[in-house]
Amino acid sequence: MDLDYHALAPELVVAATILVVLGLDVALPRPRKYWTAFAGVLGLALAAVPLLTLAFGDGPETRSMLGGAYVVDGFALVLKAVFIVGGYLVLLMSVSYIESDRYYQGEYYLLMLTSILGSLVMASSRDLITLFVGLELVTGPLFLLAGWRKGDAKSNEASLKFFILGVLSTAILLYGMSFLYGLTGSVTFEGIREAGADLLDSGAFRLAVLFTLVGFGFKVTAVPFHFWAPDTYEGAPTPVTAYLSVGSKAAGFVGLLLLCYKALPSVTEIWGPALWVLAALSMTLGNLTALRQDNVVRMLAYSSIAQGGFILVPFAAAAVSNDPAVIQEAASATIVYVIIYAFMNLGAFGVVIAGARRTGSTMIDDWAGMWRYAPRLAVLGAMFFFSLAGIPPLAGWYAKFAMFLAILRPGNAWATALAVIAAVNAVIALVYYARIGKTMWMDHVPEGADTAGTVNPLTGSLALALGISALFVVVAGILPFEFAGVFADLAKVVTTGI
Amino acid sequence: MVLTQFLVLGALLFSIGVYGLLSRRNAVTVLLAVELMLAAVNINLIAFEAFWNTAAAHGQIFAIFVITIAAAEVGIGLAIILLVFRNRASGNIDQLDLMRW
Repeated sequence: MDLDYHALAPELVVAATILVVLGLDVALPRPRKYWTAFAGVLGLALAAVPLLTLAFGDGPETRSMLGGAYVVDGFALVLKAVFIVGGYLVLLMSVSYIESDRYYQGEYYLLMLTSILGSLVMASSRDLITLFVGLELVTGPLFLLAGWRKGDAKSNEASLKFFILGVLSTAILLYGMSFLYGLTGSVTFEGIREAGADLLDSGAFRLAVLFTLVGFGFKVTAVPFHFWAPDTYEGAPTPVTAYLSVGSKAAGFVGLLLLCYKALPSVTEIWGPALWVLAALSMTLGNLTALRQDNVVRMLAYSSIAQGGFILVPFAAAAVSNDPAVIQEAASATIVYVIIYAFMNLGAFGVVIAGARRTGSTMIDDWAGMWRYAPRLAVLGAMFFFSLAGIPPLAGWYAKFAMFLAILRPGNAWATALAVIAAVNAVIALVYYARIGKTMWMDHVPEGADTAGTVNPLTGSLALALGISALFVVVAGILPFEFAGVFADLAKVVTTGI
Repeated sequence: MVLTQFLVLGALLFSIGVYGLLSRRNAVTVLLAVELMLAAVNINLIAFEAFWNTAAAHGQIFAIFVITIAAAEVGIGLAIILLVFRNRASGNIDQLDLMRW
C-alpha cells in the first residue's frame, strides 16, 4: 500500500499538532496552559505550508491513494486551505475568550484541531467510508465543545440538543449510505456513479439518495432540519459557534458537493427537486425568523441558515441542465459562496465576541450608539454585516452575483422561480443586517452603559483575526474576478466525469 | 442468499429506533434508540456484503467503522448526559427548554 506522504502532509502536520497539544496540556502547570494555544495556532499555520507546495509545486495535479478512496486534487486543496485558514481564525478568536474564564484550555484546542483535521479528511474523501469517518471527526468534538461552559445550563442544553440531533442525522445518513452501497455494490463515488445511472427507476435507490440528503441537510442546517442550530449557537461559547456556523457547515457542503457532483450526477432528477425545496425553505424561513430576533447571536444563527439556503441554490441549477458548462458554473458558484461566507461570517462573529466583551451583552439594543465609544468595532461590525447582506464593494455581493448567474443560466422555469425567491430573500436579509448597523451608528447610547472603556475589546489575537477577515472581504469584493479566476479550474475538477 | 429478510429486519430495527427517539423522554433511552438505528445500518451493510460477496469486503469494513464510531459517540453522549444530570438532577429532555425560537 503506497502512501504519498507529501499529499498527506497537511493532515499529518495537524495530527502531530494535536499530539503536541495533548502532551503540553499534560506536562504544563495551570498558569502556563496558554502555551497550548500557541502550539495549536503555530501548528495550524505550519499545515498551510505543504498545501502551498502541493498547489504550486511540480508534482502531479491529482494524487490518488488507497485505491482512489483518498484524492488530493485542486478541489481538495482549495477546500483544505479554507478549512485551515478558517480554523486558524477561530483559534485566534478563541485565545482571549478561553483565557478570560475558567475553561479547560488544553482540551479546547485539542478538540478544535481534531475537528479541523476531520474537515481536511472530508475534502479528500472519494468514498462513502472516508466521507463518513471525516464527517464524524468534524462533528464528534463539536458536541463536546458546544457544552464547554460546564456549569452553564444553557451550554449543557446546547450540547445535548446538538448531540441528539447530530447522532440522529448520522444514523439517517448511514442508513441511506448502506443502501447506496447495497444497490450499487460499490463504496467509491466512481463506482456509485457508474452503477447509479441504471438504477434511476429503483424506488430503493431514490430513498437511499433522499436519506443521505436528509443526513447532510442536518449538517448544513437546511430548513426543516435546522431546529438544533439556533439553540446550539446561542448556548455554545461564541468562538465555537463561529466554528459551527463556518467550519462544520462548510464540511457539510463539501459532503453535498462530492455526493451530488461526483457520486450521483446521473440521478439529478432525484436530488435536484429535493435541494430546490430545501434551498427555498431555508432562505425564506431563516430570513423571516431572523427578522424577529433581539439577540445578535440568535440573529446570526438564523442568518446562517438563510445563507445556507443561498449556497444550496446553485445545486438546483445544476440539476435542471445537462450542459457541462452550466454544471461547472453551478459547482464553482457554490464553492465561491462557501469561501466568501466563511470569511464574512467569521468576521461577524469576531465582532460579536468583541462587542459582547465591550458591552457585556449580546442583545442588539445594548449595542446602541456603539460608534460613540467604540468606533473601530462599529466600523468592523457595519462592514461584516453589510457584506453578509451583499452590498458592494464588500465581498458578499460577488457571492450572491455568482449564485444568481449560475441559477439564471439554464433559463429553466423552475430555476428562474428559485432565483426570484432568492432575490426577495436578499432584500429581506438586508432589513435585519441594516438594523444592527442602524442601532450601532444612529441610536442613542442606552442609560447606564459603560462608555468609559475599562475593557479593551480588541485583544491582539482577536484584532489579527478580524484584520485578516476584513482584508479578505474588502480585497475579494473589489477584485472579485481575479479571485474567482482561481476557482474556475477547480470547478472543472469537481465535475469531471459527468 | 436471501437478502430481503435481512433488509426487512434492518428496516424494522430502524423504525423502532426512530419511534423510540421520538417517543422517549429520557436522554439515555434516546441514546439507546439511536444505537438501534445504527444496528440496523450494520445489518444492512453485512447483508449487502454477503450478497455482493466481493474480495474487497467493503461492507464489512464499513460496518466496523460504524461500530467503532458509534462506540465513541456513546462515550461523548453519556458524558454530556452526565453533565446535564449534574446541573439539573434530571435526564428528561423535555425539560431542556431554556431556549425557544
